[in-house]
Amino acid sequence: MPDSLVHVDHLIAHGELAAENSWCVSYDEEALPEQRPAIVPLGLWLANSSDAELAPLLASDTELTVSLAKELKASPLVAVNFPAFTDGRGYSLARLLRERFAYPGEIRAVGDVLVDQLNYMRRCGFDTMALRDDQHPEDALRALNAFSVRYQTDVQERTAIFTKRLENS
Amino acid sequence: MYRYDNHDQTLVEERVAQFRDQMARYRAGRLGESEFLPLRLQNGLYIQRHAPMLRIAIPYGMLAGYQLRGLAKITRRYDRGYGHFTTRQNLQLNWPDMDDVPDILAELATIQMHAIQTSGNCIRNTTSDQFAGIALDEVEDPRPWCELIRQWSTLHPEFAFLPRKFKIAVSGATTDRAAIQVHDIGLRLWYNEQGELRVRVLAGGGLGRTPMIGDVVRDDLPWEHLLTYLEACVRVYNQFGRRDNKFKARIKILVKALGIEEYRRRVEEEWVHLKDGPQTLNQAAVDAAKAHFPEPDRRPVAESAIADFERLRSENRSFARFVTNNVTDHKVPGYKAVTLSLKRREHAPGDVTADQMEAVADLADRFGFGEIRVTHEQNLVLSDVPVDELEVLWRELEALGMANPTVGTLNDIICCPGGDYCALANAVSIPIAQALQERFEDLDFLYDLGPLDLNISGCMNACGHHHVGHIGILGVDKKGEEYYQISLGGNATDDASLGKILGPSFFREDVPDVVDKVLKVYVEQRHEDERFLDTYRRIGLKPFKERVYA
Repeated sequence: MPDSLVHVDHLIAHGELAAENSWCVSYDEEALPEQRPAIVPLGLWLANSSDAELAPLLASDTELTVSLAKELKASPLVAVNFPAFTDGRGYSLARLLRERFAYPGEIRAVGDVLVDQLNYMRRCGFDTMALRDDQHPEDALRALNAFSVRYQTDVQERTAIFTKRLENS
Repeated sequence: MYRYDNHDQTLVEERVAQFRDQMARYRAGRLGESEFLPLRLQNGLYIQRHAPMLRIAIPYGMLAGYQLRGLAKITRRYDRGYGHFTTRQNLQLNWPDMDDVPDILAELATIQMHAIQTSGNCIRNTTSDQFAGIALDEVEDPRPWCELIRQWSTLHPEFAFLPRKFKIAVSGATTDRAAIQVHDIGLRLWYNEQGELRVRVLAGGGLGRTPMIGDVVRDDLPWEHLLTYLEACVRVYNQFGRRDNKFKARIKILVKALGIEEYRRRVEEEWVHLKDGPQTLNQAAVDAAKAHFPEPDRRPVAESAIADFERLRSENRSFARFVTNNVTDHKVPGYKAVTLSLKRREHAPGDVTADQMEAVADLADRFGFGEIRVTHEQNLVLSDVPVDELEVLWRELEALGMANPTVGTLNDIICCPGGDYCALANAVSIPIAQALQERFEDLDFLYDLGPLDLNISGCMNACGHHHVGHIGILGVDKKGEEYYQISLGGNATDDASLGKILGPSFFREDVPDVVDKVLKVYVEQRHEDERFLDTYRRIGLKPFKERVYA
């Protein structure tokens, strides 16, 4: 169980190490933290959506309905939690937010966010990734850029490899 | 054969560099054991009973001669000079040094090979029919479609951390030789009455501790939508598959829990948003994939050569036996597919030495356009042999010990590595296979029994596919002792069925006697020309049970 309030040491933003990282993450489902701005569990955020300094934290098992997606658009930041780095549901959530529901704001990965997951996260639509505290930021940047090619379309790449090949031939 | 372009080559080379970096961080203590685990598994690296094990991907079982030569070199340099072909058409090295693995992967990249996603909770190597492209009953060559699926599934950013491993098989023939009904996703290519290619999509089949036959999700998917539909199928599984219990995490449990109608509803609902997206295939893309699998430049075989072959066959009993059992008809008259047996008593089923690999690569160059296929029965196939060269090929195979005329018989046992190698196993399996091969080696007896699948697994993960053996043998552990459970009536092909357990399990040394009793019941009860499986289906388990436990 993570501490109920987490300040992240290193934030990867848009492919680089972010200089500033003001958002803290609170996992407390009952009470709002004192600090602002804060990412809080979805239920709390829904109940306090007038507070512009709060952002929602989606649990990995969140069922992303049309109405929920509509509400999330009110927030400039949506965080998706990775309770374990092996829990891959967050990748689908990010793609759905971005591709199906055209969420325009920032999508942030929080929780068990490790160096070797960052490349996949970015491709699924995460703009920012809050590295777990023990992760080395220089490893993270290297891992993020391990590949110059990809086989699938994703949130960034909208032309299929088979289409590109035909264009190049 | 599929040939890499710059894109494919760059990807595998960058993958090697990535893994080298991960390994270095692991050795430097910057990557913990549990965090390195899924990374190494997705690069085919297991830690086994005695040593690491490296599983090398052979996409849909297709190998080129130069690749097999490269593999031989790798097994000599980094292992003990042999490899093991698996039921998923892959090749395993049993004794590599863990720190050599980045170098092995780098060597594999030079022969357009890799170990990506041969293990771990991701989409595994797609498997297919070993007679793809040459089978008489084929309606659509599955290989280009498998290749499109390979590319779609390789390093898929959304599906690298699924609830469990995920296996896809594709068949394009009227007879299923890819066991599509016992895969997480099974795909059948077929043509409708209008002559349009359609895909039947099955989901939720699988073996392991809860064996199930897959259900049809969509019978008539237009081919353009293959990849987007697969994406919907896997996304629903990723989101709703169970993650609380490893043993209930496969898609079959989800499909069973939801019911096929509800699973289908969710897939279709998801697919509406993916349909016609950028992953939608078009004719040009498929034609480009098909161009990688051209018809080889086969010389015409004269009618007289076919007559000569028939004469040789009638004159030489040994050759005739080989032809009957190991040679398969081909869509082109004058050509045959030849199955090279990897089943010899002195080796584990599926094992091949480096010398044999090189010799087979040479034979493939001489007789088969430099192509080799790996079968899920753990044999190799040369797919394009002119009949007037069959006899010469047979003599060469005899010399290599790969001409055992037992393909499809009881002696052609499918067998996992078992307790001799595998850390998961409850019991050994290779010695069981060897004991059975020794007991039942009389060719006349084997031929009299007819087609018979005997499959052995050393644990309930069922790598040896025991559930779908006509006779299945499963090693079980009872208070630290090895026992063997026997099941009857399994089948992996069109009318797929799961074997039923005969009764209480047996001591290791009793297994050959028990199998012998089962066979005796069959021989006594069968109708003329009735296969073991059909006799079993007609008379049921009871007569077998009565004899075995008498």
